[in-house]
Amino acid sequence: MPETILVVVEQREGKLNRVSWETIAAGQAIAGATGWPLEAAVVGTNAPSISPEVAGKKLAKVYAIESRKLDAYTPDAFAAGLKQFLATKQPKLVLMPHTYQVRDFVPKLATAMGRSVVSDCIGFKHESGKLLFTRQMFQGKLAADVSFAGDAPWFVTFQNGAFRADKAEAGASAAAVETVKVEIAEGVVRNQPQEVFKEAKQAVDLTQAEIIVAVGRGIKEQKNILIAKQLADALGGDLAASRPICDSGWLPMDRQIGSSGQTVAPKLYLALGISGAIQHIVGMKGSRAIVAVNKDSEAPIFEIADYAVVGNLFDIVPPLIEEVKKAKAGDSHG
Amino acid sequence: MKILVCMKQVPQKDAPLKLNESGTWIREDVSYEVNEPDAYALEEALRQREKHKGEVVVITSGPARAQQVLREALAKGADRAIHLEDEKFVGLDAFNTAKAIAAAIKDEPFDLIFTGLQSDDYGYAQTGVILAELLGWPHATIIMQIEKTDAGIRVKRELEAGYFQFVDMPLPAVLTIQSGINKLRYATLIGIKQAKNKPLRKVTLAEVGGAIGNNLQKIERLYVPQKTKKTEYIEGPAGEVAKKLVDKLRNELRVL
Repeated sequence: MPETILVVVEQREGKLNRVSWETIAAGQAIAGATGWPLEAAVVGTNAPSISPEVAGKKLAKVYAIESRKLDAYTPDAFAAGLKQFLATKQPKLVLMPHTYQVRDFVPKLATAMGRSVVSDCIGFKHESGKLLFTRQMFQGKLAADVSFAGDAPWFVTFQNGAFRADKAEAGASAAAVETVKVEIAEGVVRNQPQEVFKEAKQAVDLTQAEIIVAVGRGIKEQKNILIAKQLADALGGDLAASRPICDSGWLPMDRQIGSSGQTVAPKLYLALGISGAIQHIVGMKGSRAIVAVNKDSEAPIFEIADYAVVGNLFDIVPPLIEEVKKAKAGDSHG
Repeated sequence: MKILVCMKQVPQKDAPLKLNESGTWIREDVSYEVNEPDAYALEEALRQREKHKGEVVVITSGPARAQQVLREALAKGADRAIHLEDEKFVGLDAFNTAKAIAAAIKDEPFDLIFTGLQSDDYGYAQTGVILAELLGWPHATIIMQIEKTDAGIRVKRELEAGYFQFVDMPLPAVLTIQSGINKLRYATLIGIKQAKNKPLRKVTLAEVGGAIGNNLQKIERLYVPQKTKKTEYIEGPAGEVAKKLVDKLRNELRVL
């Protein structure tokens, strides 16, 4: 059987998750480097209705994997259905976006097949015929190039934003779509998922903010949040935080930036005492300009900062508030 | 309820990391701490025990230094500990780590196994889910709430972008716990004292070696990531830094 690459796209209620285009772009790049044909699979009841949209991309084929048991997402059904499909197709490489849903089932799927997942990758390398997948380690302080040491299929998940969705090439003509019915026996699915819901209406929408001052662990104590608030007020911006701050209850959850919070792209993102864990970075790396203040010169936030201040935020922020006020007052006076 | 909590020792968040000579791992002479999500997993297990009685057992794998994580957990209230003790456990991939844990607990009938949702070192976010599959148990990930029900448990899964979902599931089960599910407690003096007399079982690599195979993935090289962005460092005394920053905000970024 020829070596193929399979991208498993993600959909929710009949709508493709945007990050799926990124994974297709990743698949096209790897296909370009290896010469292996690229195929895609859509999983779930809505698969046939979504497949044509996917088939418009430059792909050799699209599979619509169907079963009533795939109506609502469960890790049991997704692992069982995909295992059945993959056992017959035997692709060399299986690519998926590193979403919360994929994280929930792909390690189970790979384990059930005696295989392994290189998760949360940010790129790949093709060196003298060998495929390496690059992933962040130690919260982004280091990176690793990882190879597979076992048999295919090899499972790889890509981090949100690792590839550009708009780089997913359209095909010259639509790819053929094949519907594949999988049998998932009674009793396989043990979890009973309820409806997806949003917690008490989000009061704060940071996605439209032009200036965001965000605080992380470096703020040390709840009472110190006040100086960040003062800086945000002086700048005419909004206050936000990394996850640990909201976990501690120092700021409400709706001020959280990152994979489990809001994704923002302001003109200015001023990060105070934020180390820049991957989960935070994915929520703000699209900012036009990033200013980071952190006492740890090796903090990963500096990797993506436009302006970096290595120092104690408690020394920097008070004079900064004064200077901002002065600059603004200067405006009004003349 | 009998609950196992999988915990990991990881380098401290702000510890400067140095690469080893072969460039495949970090030099081990750094300060370590408990993986943060694992601390929340332990706290949740202690709270469940307070509600429903039972036992909380903590397990870790790693060299002698990793015992510190278990000692802290015992001081916070865990009943006993299991230490898969060997340098070699550090280099296992998630598949093998899960196999080693499964082998170490094969004679113990747990109702629940908790892990943190991911580790701060590798960041695979896989070991808990793999362990569930190896045991043949159902699982749920990124959990923010756990309630016991007549048929098993009802858990609250965190989804992306502020969405959540309740899931009913039978026991036994594996749950990966999200940071922030609860408020962490501190160890008390009396707890620290009592911890010294709590049982800690050591498991050698040889005892679980039969369950472990070759790693299915390999770190070829570890390195400091290349910067993709040009960063301008602003230096000097605080007052001067503030002035320079405001100048940038005004004249280069034009946000003032």
